[in-house]
Amino acid sequence: MSAAPAPSPQADRWGALIRAARLVSPRRGQLIFSIVLGAGAILAAVGLLAVAGVLISKAALRPEILTLTIFTVGVRGLAMARAILRYCERLVSHDLAFRVLADLRVRFFERLIPLVPEGLRGIRSGDVLSRFVGDVDTLQDLYLRALGPPLIGILAIVVLAAAVAIMLPAAAVVLVAAMLIAGLLLPALAARAGRRSGLREAPARAQLSAELVELVSGAAELAVYGREQQWAQRIEMADAELAATERPGAWISGVTSGAGVAVGGVAMVAVAAIGVQATAAGQLDGVLLAGIVFLTIGAFEAVVGLPDAAQRLTACAQAAARLESVTEAPIPVSDPPAPVPVPSDGSLSFEDVSVRFEGREQAALSCVSATLAPGSRIALVGASGAGKTTLASCAVRFLDPNSGRVTLGGVDIRELSQDALRSAVRLVSQEAYLFTTTIAQNVRLAAPEASDEQITAALARAGLGAWIGSLPEGAETLVGEDGTEVSGGQRGRIALARGFIAPSQVVILDEPTANLDAAGARELLSAIGSERSDRRAMMVITHTVDGLEEFDEIIVLEAGAVAERGTWGELIAAEGALARLSAAA
Amino acid sequence: MPLVGAVVLGVATSLLVVGQAVLLGRVIASAFPGGQDLGEVSGELWILVAVVGARALCAFGFETSGRLGARRVVGELRASLTAKMLEKRPAGLRGQRAGELVTNAVQGLSSLEAYFARYLPQLVLAVLVPVVILIYVFPRNLAAGTILLVTLPIIPLFMILIGLAARTATERRWRTLSLLSAHFLDAVKGLQTLKANDRAQRQVETLRETGEQYRKQTMVTLRIAFLSSLVLELAAMMGTALVAAAVAIQLINGGLGFSTALAVLLLAPELYLPVRMVGQQFHASTDGLTAANECFEVLDTPAAVSAPAVPLSSPDPRIGPLLLENVSFAYEGRGEAVLKAIDLKLSPGEQLALVGPSGQGKSTVASLILRLLNPQSGRILCNGVDLLEVDPKEWRQHLAWVPQRPTLFSATLAENIRLGRPEADQAALLAACADAGLEQLIGSMPQGLETRLGEGQRTLSAGETQRVALARAFLRDAPLVILDEPTAHLDAESSAAIGEAITRLSQSRSVLLIVHRPALAAAADRIITLREGLVVDRQAQR
Repeated sequence: MSAAPAPSPQADRWGALIRAARLVSPRRGQLIFSIVLGAGAILAAVGLLAVAGVLISKAALRPEILTLTIFTVGVRGLAMARAILRYCERLVSHDLAFRVLADLRVRFFERLIPLVPEGLRGIRSGDVLSRFVGDVDTLQDLYLRALGPPLIGILAIVVLAAAVAIMLPAAAVVLVAAMLIAGLLLPALAARAGRRSGLREAPARAQLSAELVELVSGAAELAVYGREQQWAQRIEMADAELAATERPGAWISGVTSGAGVAVGGVAMVAVAAIGVQATAAGQLDGVLLAGIVFLTIGAFEAVVGLPDAAQRLTACAQAAARLESVTEAPIPVSDPPAPVPVPSDGSLSFEDVSVRFEGREQAALSCVSATLAPGSRIALVGASGAGKTTLASCAVRFLDPNSGRVTLGGVDIRELSQDALRSAVRLVSQEAYLFTTTIAQNVRLAAPEASDEQITAALARAGLGAWIGSLPEGAETLVGEDGTEVSGGQRGRIALARGFIAPSQVVILDEPTANLDAAGARELLSAIGSERSDRRAMMVITHTVDGLEEFDEIIVLEAGAVAERGTWGELIAAEGALARLSAAA
Repeated sequence: MPLVGAVVLGVATSLLVVGQAVLLGRVIASAFPGGQDLGEVSGELWILVAVVGARALCAFGFETSGRLGARRVVGELRASLTAKMLEKRPAGLRGQRAGELVTNAVQGLSSLEAYFARYLPQLVLAVLVPVVILIYVFPRNLAAGTILLVTLPIIPLFMILIGLAARTATERRWRTLSLLSAHFLDAVKGLQTLKANDRAQRQVETLRETGEQYRKQTMVTLRIAFLSSLVLELAAMMGTALVAAAVAIQLINGGLGFSTALAVLLLAPELYLPVRMVGQQFHASTDGLTAANECFEVLDTPAAVSAPAVPLSSPDPRIGPLLLENVSFAYEGRGEAVLKAIDLKLSPGEQLALVGPSGQGKSTVASLILRLLNPQSGRILCNGVDLLEVDPKEWRQHLAWVPQRPTLFSATLAENIRLGRPEADQAALLAACADAGLEQLIGSMPQGLETRLGEGQRTLSAGETQRVALARAFLRDAPLVILDEPTAHLDAESSAAIGEAITRLSQSRSVLLIVHRPALAAAADRIITLREGLVVDRQAQR
């Protein structure tokens, strides 16, 4: 459907992979340990076969049985070593993989933090899901399955080649050449062949994911409007698209695995031929012939994992590049180099604030000024799209105005650290998110230190007292994924309770009455207007105006500009926009 | 069918394995201590090359046919899943996390490839290769054959142990992974809220802690799961070591030829290899199997709505009244019924408002009338026909619906509005947009109605989304309209405008208006109040 993100240039992809690998580089010691263990396990197995070959060759000469004891013991020792080394290697490498996954999640989450919400406009939730779950999961393979096998292989090959070279240099050359072909050339060819389909695969997968997310949320509407057939087809097409990108991979991996078998076999025949020749010429002790051939057969264990590793490496590179394409978005706001401490008591002032979004002709806000003194109540009223939420976003630096400024206690908020600002000025957003946990935990988010009693009180103040009381588990009830188990009104009120409990100087409530009935909305607004127990200032963004009588100032926004402002009495008397809104309700 | 192919390839591979060992044994034996030079063994070497080529072809066949076969199965599973969601559970899967379901259907199912391309072929080889090898070894060396025969069962035995341990380990690992994914997604989706509450940094800690906890738990299981594979590996390695010793002794005693001894030794690891690989591949393929099982679980959930085998033709809400008689409904896993034997009547052309606090079953009434859910008891009748006797699809053709949280699909704005009437002409489309108050929004968009919505494109606010859904309903031009909080996200001024449009729309239609704003309910002919699943008040207004 929509355009997939443009594939990044080759170099960029590997650059992204290297940067992603560096994210988890503190784990290097553990990686080296697991590589040594892995190579040791391979060498033990190869050694077992080679020593067994020598043992039998010696036996063919019919010596005293006792002279063979050292070989029989050696063979058993190697068998034991192999099993133990392999066990340790698997434990160490899996442990590493889990640590890396946690590291990656944390790192990429940290990178998202400064981008939200303005830096990530227009990214579908299905896409975020696919990217941040899929791609981060893919990168977890980086050490365990993409980098581990080649590094283990290289170490094993070096040791084996050295051992063979001592006995029969020509065979060592064949062995190394064959292993390079099987270990490097084949995977490189496979990667090259799979590159084009691989590049298309991840976007196709993301597309299918996004289509399915849409289906899960919109199935009811599709059923009501009789569009099941078309959407089933849409998903089928997305899946067929994905299948088409996966099919070349099936052929490539088939050819690669066949070619791998062929290379190993040919190397075996070649070493046998060289060995026979050398033995006939007296250059090789015949006792070692079987050992060298067997060693060659066993040696390819070092490279069996490589084609798969190459494919995973490519996949990791693409995942890393896609992750970067998200995290590289310009950071919309940043902290000052030397943040000023937050003034403990003072007004929040908007001074001639103007905002214009890219790609929109009309300014979202033009020259809006307002002052929120300690203890005051201000209502921001206007139609949807009038710029109310944009103004609120400016107050917590989700975005910075294109001109004008916002000050707190006389200090430009751009001179404060964002964290400190958001502690002092708390925004309860219209799209407040409920986390998959209990109601109480969702409220506690705003005030981690709050006691259970305070939470109950905040919920009651938000008008949820009776409802919480009726729940068997009270405030410990789970809200379901994304709050799906609570109604829209309850969701809004839980978010409101966050605003009430937040220990901040200024609270901005964005549409607290969105899902309330008229009586509820009125009751809530007049409660906010009349309760003035502390010096906390509150700004309420609302489109329902009933109940604003006791607010200190009502500002009516129209198309991003102040249409009128004043107290309830003044504005009703003026018979302007507020009077019209009041009459319409 | 794929199994037959795998067996054919498996038999070929087994014979080639033995052939290769015998040939190689002869080549080596003829050089030492036989003393022959390269020229004298070149014939055997060339045959050996041919054997190698044949083995390569078999490997290719296993891999490619397995992966292509797997892809077909995955495609079919995804299609069934889609059909299930659309046809049988359109109202959703309660308790199923959307994120988990999608991860499973996209990433989880892909792991089935490992099952078909790796596990199945290995299983075939694990049965065939040992049999062929033992048939070769036993007549030639009883001791080696016995060692192989005795050690071999240790491997499947421990593999079953591994299988049991690994299955629970993998299932747990997969569940925890899904859970962690859901947790991560939760954090990503809620990041704005976290940031506004100065909790984003704390969430980083939580992610770290959860990951660490998961690692510790999983490592405990893996330490035990891997223990079985340690024993397995030990059996295979020790088996080979013992065969080497046994063969060596028989060689010294003169009971065995050197070339045969070499072949037997070479075959020892080949005997264990496929059996061991089965274990490994099983481990890798359980991810896919677990995902497939979860899909089957979803596919097995009972249908929320059913179509009769022999449907009656759908009644027309323009002609007869819609009646709910004694209708009750409870959601699975939620104890109390949301609707308790309610009665309700909607006459043709009537505007009925359903009011009441949220969470009292109003939207469930809508879902029942929309036939997204079957009532658990009681009947829903239209014009005297029980709707359970009617094909839901046919019935829904008479309906239009504005849900509480409408979905915008990634398509153009026009396509989104045309959802309920794809064939509508431009004039009708524009009229619907005007009725829903969308003109201003369309005017502000670069490509107007042809602007694409969705990923990386224009996003709409809640209010704008609501208007799009209203436009859908207007364009649908259905005799029965269900409006679920159509103005919940709109300001008073736009609400008033929408209210007028709704009044216009209602003139020739039946309307069920679910609303808590009295301004809109006031225009209805009758108001019914629902509380705790019961009708508590009926009030005629005219």
